[in-house]
Amino acid sequence: MSNIENIEGTRRDFIYYATAGAGAVATGAAVWPLVNQMNPSADVQALSSVRVDVSGVDPGTQLTVKWLGKPVFIRHRTGAEIHKAKEQEPDDLSSLPDPLARNANLGDGKALATDENRVMPSPEGEGAGAWIVQVGVCSHLGCVPLGTSGDFGGWFCPCHGSHYDLSGRIRKGPAPENLIVPVAQWVDNTTIKLG
Amino acid sequence: MSGIPHDHYEPRSNIEKWLHSRLPVIGLLYGTLMIPTPKNLNWWWIWGIVLAFCLALQIVTGIVLAMHYTPHVDTAFASIEHIMRNVNSGHMIRYLHMNGASLFFFAVYIHIFRGLYYGSYKPPREITWIIGMLIYLLMMGTAFMGYVLPWGQMSFWGATVITGLFGAIPFIGEYIQTWLLGGPAVDNATLNRFFSLHYLLPFVIAALVILHIWAFHTTGNNNPTGVEVRRESKAEADRDTVPFWPYFVIKDLFALAVILVVFFAIVGFMPNYLGHPDNYIEANPLVTPAHIVPEWYFLPFYAILRAFTSDVWVVMLANWITGGIINAKFFGVLAMFGAIVVMALAPWLDTSMVRSGRYRPMFKWWFWLLVADFVVLTWCGAQPAEPPYSTISLIGSTYWFFYFLIILPLLGVIEKPEPRPSTVEEDFDHHYSKSETPAE
Repeated sequence: MSNIENIEGTRRDFIYYATAGAGAVATGAAVWPLVNQMNPSADVQALSSVRVDVSGVDPGTQLTVKWLGKPVFIRHRTGAEIHKAKEQEPDDLSSLPDPLARNANLGDGKALATDENRVMPSPEGEGAGAWIVQVGVCSHLGCVPLGTSGDFGGWFCPCHGSHYDLSGRIRKGPAPENLIVPVAQWVDNTTIKLG
Repeated sequence: MSGIPHDHYEPRSNIEKWLHSRLPVIGLLYGTLMIPTPKNLNWWWIWGIVLAFCLALQIVTGIVLAMHYTPHVDTAFASIEHIMRNVNSGHMIRYLHMNGASLFFFAVYIHIFRGLYYGSYKPPREITWIIGMLIYLLMMGTAFMGYVLPWGQMSFWGATVITGLFGAIPFIGEYIQTWLLGGPAVDNATLNRFFSLHYLLPFVIAALVILHIWAFHTTGNNNPTGVEVRRESKAEADRDTVPFWPYFVIKDLFALAVILVVFFAIVGFMPNYLGHPDNYIEANPLVTPAHIVPEWYFLPFYAILRAFTSDVWVVMLANWITGGIINAKFFGVLAMFGAIVVMALAPWLDTSMVRSGRYRPMFKWWFWLLVADFVVLTWCGAQPAEPPYSTISLIGSTYWFFYFLIILPLLGVIEKPEPRPSTVEEDFDHHYSKSETPAE
């Protein structure tokens, strides 16, 4: 194809590469929509943010809502539970199976898994640590843990026996990570916006 | 088509001649059906026909079921019940399709182990083997997506766990998982595309089956001795072979009939024995079943997936070397796919010059241990992931890799094979004394 005498290339070389290049670009442009159509559609993406009315969630109860196809646990902790959660916290956080907070609201992914770093800021007139919001998906194989159960009184995954404490931290069992805290904020005193 | 000398199709009537000069399709069918086949093939060689039957059964029953099924999260579960209760013979067609998948995998496992024992993967049949492995992978994908369609609890949570495997890939895993699911979790988009692909892949399998048959018709069948059919002349080849039609067709159909007796007994009297009762509960994204188990045919590889937990030293080593990129979850995924990759590489891992395991005294033991290992892993996959099952799974998984990566290369060097017959005919005559051989 190429001309050895003429190292600068011939007109034919140029046409050859230009055609092959245009063909490759056209093929890519034709294939990309066929690949991209499998990504989340507009209506699925539109559901990425929901508002939840939590006025009926009394202390000591939990509301489970579906967000992005996954369950989200919104727990209103009692004073005793907050106290117990602090007691459960080891002095040395690095002794936890997962020492990281896993809180999407804290920009820094390195934040440590203290109870303060996992709970929501409380609305006006309520003590700190009253609300904790977590994605209810076990970090092991994606099962949904049960509330108010397990060796630490928090959550327990019946699939393979992972125990989470009152701050949703993994304490015992095969799960590698703490329950994820999703992006969440108060819209007013009784409404939480997820996402 | 075949390298073995044989008669070719000669069009006789005028219409045959007319067609043959324009499209030689009858000649192609003739050559395929009349292929010279080693006359010493034993009963382990019948599973190919069973598999062809299964593919046809699944395609036919599947097309019919698709006429009544709706792939939408709101109606999928109800449409299955509609098939079971309202559609004429719907329950029978669905039970055939469900249990047809089990027969398909039962047959493919025997077919694969037949190939492993008699060295059917060895040169010159590597391409046949590789295509076979691709068919097996596609079968697994098709069966998995088909199991999601009824939208029961096991469908949903099985899909969540298995697509979660792709999420374990470092860096890009999350994007791949979202792309596969069409959203952040298993939902309507997932169900829709799984239905589309579940309909498509069987036809891809059918195309690969044609290539599979074409490949081994080019090299000729292997046989229990592993000794090649003589092909210097047609007279010689005729002493080692008989045509596939009618001899092997009749034999295979008889075997198929016997197998179908058992199959229909299961379909008729215990159609849900191999299924999981939780799949008759509609999918609920907020409640996980207590114990997620895949279908029985995935259990050995599910056991391998779960065997490599973070306290196993190879996992810790891999984690340390890669600076945490390969964690226990990703290691398990690699091990599961690796278990199939090492099997596909058997033609290049096996160093023995002797093809058939029949003449390999040491190989036999290791082979049957592999079969036992496969059964043990199947059993472990159905057990909860806790001691002692996790330990047994780990030992079983280790042996699987040990067999392909250490035993197969090593045996070819240290093993002293037994004498083999020089021809297929000699083996045949030894088995059926001369006097009983029908006159030719």
